[in-house]
Amino acid sequence: MNRYPLWLNVLIAVVLLGGFLFALPNFYGESPAVQVSSAKATLKVDDATLKRAEDALKAGNIGYDEAFLEITGIKVRLKDTDTQLQAKETLQKALGEDYVVALNLMSNSPRWLSRLGAKPMYLGLDLRGGVHFLLQVDMKGAVTKYLDSTAASIRTTLRGEDDARSSGINREGNSVAVRFRDEAARAKAQQIIERSFSDLQFVRQESNNEYLLLGTLKQDSQKRIQDFAIQQNLSTLRNRVNELGVAEPIVQQAGADRIVVQLPGVQDTAKAKEILGRTATLEVRMVDEEHRDVQSIQAAIAGQVPFGDELMYDREKVPYLLKKQVVLTGDSISDAQPGFDGQTGEPAVHITLDGKGARIFQQVTRESVGKRMAMVLIEKGKAEVVTAPVIRSEIGGGRVQISGRMTTTEAQDVALLLRAGALAAPMDIVEERTVGPSLGKDNIQKGFHAMWVGFALIAAFMIVYYVLFGVVSVISLAVNLLLLVALLSMLQATLTLPGIAAIALTLGMAIDANVLINERIREELRNGTTPQAAINAGYERAWATILDSNITSLCVGISLFLLGSGPVRGFAVVHCLGILTSMFSAVAVSRSIVNFIFGARKKLDGLPIGNVNWHKRTANAA
Amino acid sequence: MEFFRIKKDIPFMRHALAFNVISAITFVLAVVFLATKGLHLGVEFTGGMVMEVHYAHAVDLDKVRGTLVRIGLPDATVQTFGSSEAVLVRLPARQDVSGSELSEKVYSALKQDDVTAERLRVDFVGSQVGKELVNNGGLALMLVSALIVLYLWMRFEWKFGVAAIIANLHDVVIILGFFAFFQWEFSLPVLAAVLAVLGYSVNESVVVFDRIRENFRKMRKASVEEVINNAITRTMSRTIITHGCTQLMVTSILLFGGDTLFHFALALTIGILFGIYSSVLVASPIVMWLGVSREDLVKPEKAKQEAVV
Repeated sequence: MNRYPLWLNVLIAVVLLGGFLFALPNFYGESPAVQVSSAKATLKVDDATLKRAEDALKAGNIGYDEAFLEITGIKVRLKDTDTQLQAKETLQKALGEDYVVALNLMSNSPRWLSRLGAKPMYLGLDLRGGVHFLLQVDMKGAVTKYLDSTAASIRTTLRGEDDARSSGINREGNSVAVRFRDEAARAKAQQIIERSFSDLQFVRQESNNEYLLLGTLKQDSQKRIQDFAIQQNLSTLRNRVNELGVAEPIVQQAGADRIVVQLPGVQDTAKAKEILGRTATLEVRMVDEEHRDVQSIQAAIAGQVPFGDELMYDREKVPYLLKKQVVLTGDSISDAQPGFDGQTGEPAVHITLDGKGARIFQQVTRESVGKRMAMVLIEKGKAEVVTAPVIRSEIGGGRVQISGRMTTTEAQDVALLLRAGALAAPMDIVEERTVGPSLGKDNIQKGFHAMWVGFALIAAFMIVYYVLFGVVSVISLAVNLLLLVALLSMLQATLTLPGIAAIALTLGMAIDANVLINERIREELRNGTTPQAAINAGYERAWATILDSNITSLCVGISLFLLGSGPVRGFAVVHCLGILTSMFSAVAVSRSIVNFIFGARKKLDGLPIGNVNWHKRTANAA
Repeated sequence: MEFFRIKKDIPFMRHALAFNVISAITFVLAVVFLATKGLHLGVEFTGGMVMEVHYAHAVDLDKVRGTLVRIGLPDATVQTFGSSEAVLVRLPARQDVSGSELSEKVYSALKQDDVTAERLRVDFVGSQVGKELVNNGGLALMLVSALIVLYLWMRFEWKFGVAAIIANLHDVVIILGFFAFFQWEFSLPVLAAVLAVLGYSVNESVVVFDRIRENFRKMRKASVEEVINNAITRTMSRTIITHGCTQLMVTSILLFGGDTLFHFALALTIGILFGIYSSVLVASPIVMWLGVSREDLVKPEKAKQEAVV
C-alpha cells in the first residue's frame, strides 16, 4: 500500500551512501604536516624536489608517515608537533630559501577518500585562528601614478622636436597640461602626442598668452589602468604572502577595489602587516667601476668590501660590487612587460618608470654612459642582482629596456619579478580580524557541544512524544545533519562559528517538518482514517505546508547571502543548504523508513505515534 | 503522550483586539527605546577596533586605561570580558591612525605593561566598511520582506502577504527594542539572527494560513471567524512543539555556545517567543480585518473560467 517505487528507494540509498562518504573525512581528525611550496614563480616543485626532501628527512633521522606531491606542493605527514617543528627546520635548511616550508594540518582520512575528492569541511579563520585583512586599493592613486609617468614620457617625446617645443608639462589634478608659447608649436605637438599617447584625449585651451593642451584619460583607458592596478597589487601581495610561509593563504579580489588576504594560523600580525605593506623591493644601483677587477672582488668575498660598496650576487652566483647608494627603488616602476628588442629581436623586458623615476634615471644615465648599472631585486630580505647592463646612451622618457642573454621565459619571469616588486596603487587596511588559535579551538568545541546537547534534547523529546514515529523523525534529523556536513565538505564552503550556529538552528527548525507530518497523521487517525491512509494523507497534506514555510526561509537565506559579509555569509550558506537537505531528509527519507516498517503490512490496527484515542475514550466516558 | 487535548475550537478571534493592543503597546515601547536609547552597535557597524586580551591573572582595569591614555588613546573603553582575567578594549575609528597601526600600538603597549597579555582576537573595521555594512543590513531586511510578501501573494493572496509581513516586522522591531533597552551589543551575527527570526516567524504564519485555506474549502458553512479559530486551534499543538524543539536547540546555544554566540541566541530566543505570539495571534486577525473571504482562496479556477465566458 504505502510503498515507494524501487527507483526512489535506490535514489535515497545512493544519496545516503554519497552523503556518508563525503561526510566521512570529518571524523578522521587531523595530524600535523609540513607543506613545501615554491617561493618563486620560476621554480616548480617536482619529483626531484620530493626526493630531495625525503633524503633530507632521512638524513636528519626524522620519522614521517608519508610524503607526496600535490598540485600545491609537497606534503609530509608527521606523528606529532615536535617532529613537525624539527622537520620544518630540516627541510628549510636542505631546500634553501627558494622554497616555502610551512606548518600545516592534514586530514587523516585514507588516500582513497581523498582521491574521490572527499575532504573535511573547510574551517574559517574564527575556527582555526589566523588573520584576515581587507585592503582598500587607492584607485585615484593608480591613475595619478599613471598620469605622472605619461607626463614624463610626453616631455621626452617632445624634446627632440624643435618646432614643437613646449614651455612646461605637468600633471594637474586628473589631467596632463602641456603648455606652448605659440599656436604653431601646439598644432605640431598635438599631432605627435596624439599619435603616441592614445590613452589620452586632448583639448585645446588658451589663457594668459599660453597655449595649452589638456590631456585627460579616456574612459576605457581609465578602467584598464584600474583593473591593471588591482591585478598587479594582487600578484604583489601573493608574492609577499609567500614570504610568510603560510600553508593555505588566500589572496583574492573582493569587489571593484578591495583585496582580501587571509592567513590561517598566522599569529605575528605585526610582521604580516609589515610584509604586506612594504613598498620597495627593487633597487637600481651603480656598479662600482673602480673595483671591477678580479682582485677587489675576491678580496670582497674574503670579507674586505671597499668602503661605500656592497657585495651582491646574481642568480648564477656571479659576484658584483655595487655602490651602497640607491639610485631608484621599486616604487618608481609603474609597469614591466616582457617583449622583444626592437632592433635585435632578442627577448627583453620593457620597464616604465613614473615621472620622478624617469627624471632621476635620465640624469643618472646621462652622467654614466659606458658604466654598468645593476637592477637588484630584494626578495625575502635577500638581495639578488637581476641584471647589470652597460649604459650605452642617456635614457629618457622613463622607458627602460633590459635585454641580453635572456630567453623568452626568463624575460617573462624578470618582468613578473620586477612588477611584483612594485605596487600599482597604494593600499590601506580597512578591516582586520585576528583570532588566536586557542580561541578558534574553543569556538569549535563550544559550537559543537551546544549542537549535540540541543540534538540530544530534541531527540529525547521526539521519541517520548511520538514513540516509533519519533524515532523515525530523529533518524531523519540525523540524516539531515549527515547530508549537511557532506554537502559543506563537498562544496568546501567555509565553515565559521555562525555557520555552526546555523547548523544547530537548522536542526532545530528542520524538526518542524516531522512535527507537521506526525501531527497530521495523528489528526487523520483521530478522524477515524485507517492507519495506512493516515500515513499517506499525513505526508501528502503536510508537504504543501512544509514547502511553503521552507521557501520563505530560503528567501531569508538568499538575501543574507547576497548582502551579508564575512560571518553573516557563512551563516547564510549553511542556512540555505540546511533547508534543502532538511526537505529531502524530513520528507523522503522519513517516508521511506515508515514505508519500510509499515508499508507492506496489510492489517494494521494502529500506529505507534503516541496516544491518539483519548478523544474517543473521553467521548465514551461522557 | 499528547499535550493538547482540545475538543472545541478556542475562540481566539473574539480576543483579536486585545492581542493587537498588547502587540501595539510592546511595539510602541520598542520604538521608544530605539529612539531614546538607540542600538549599541558593534564595531563592525560603527567602525573602530575591538581587542580581546587575556592575562594570566586578574586585571586592574584602571591600569589598562591608564596605559591607553598614556599612548594617546583616551577615548578607549576597557571592560572585563567573561572573566576577570580577560579585557575587551574598544576604540572608535580614527582619522589620524591607520587601522593596522592602531591594533599593534595598543597590543605592544599592553604587552609592555604585562608580559602575560595575550591577544586573543582583534576586530578592526574602517568606518567606510562599517557604513556599507549598515546599508547592506537595511537592504537585506527590505529584500527579505519584499520576497516574502511576493511569495505569499503568489501562493495565497495579497492580504496574507501584508498580514504576515506586518506581524513579523513587528517582531523584528521588538527584538531591536530589547537590544536597545538592555544595551546589548548589536553585531553581525545578531543581525543574521534577526533576519532568521523573520523567516522563521513567517513559517509560522504560513502554517496557519495553509490551514485557513484548507478550512475555507472544507468548512463550507462556517464564518470567517470560525474558520480562523479552527485553524489556529488545530495547528496549536504543532506550533508549540516545533517552537519548543527549536528553543531547546537555541537554549543550548545560549548556555554552551560561548560569548560569541550568546547575543545571537538571545535574539533568537526573543524572536521565537514573540514570533509564536505575533505570527498566530496578530497575523490572523489582520487577515480577518483586511476582509479575507472564502472567494479569495477557494474556486479560483472557476472564477477564471467565468471571466472568460
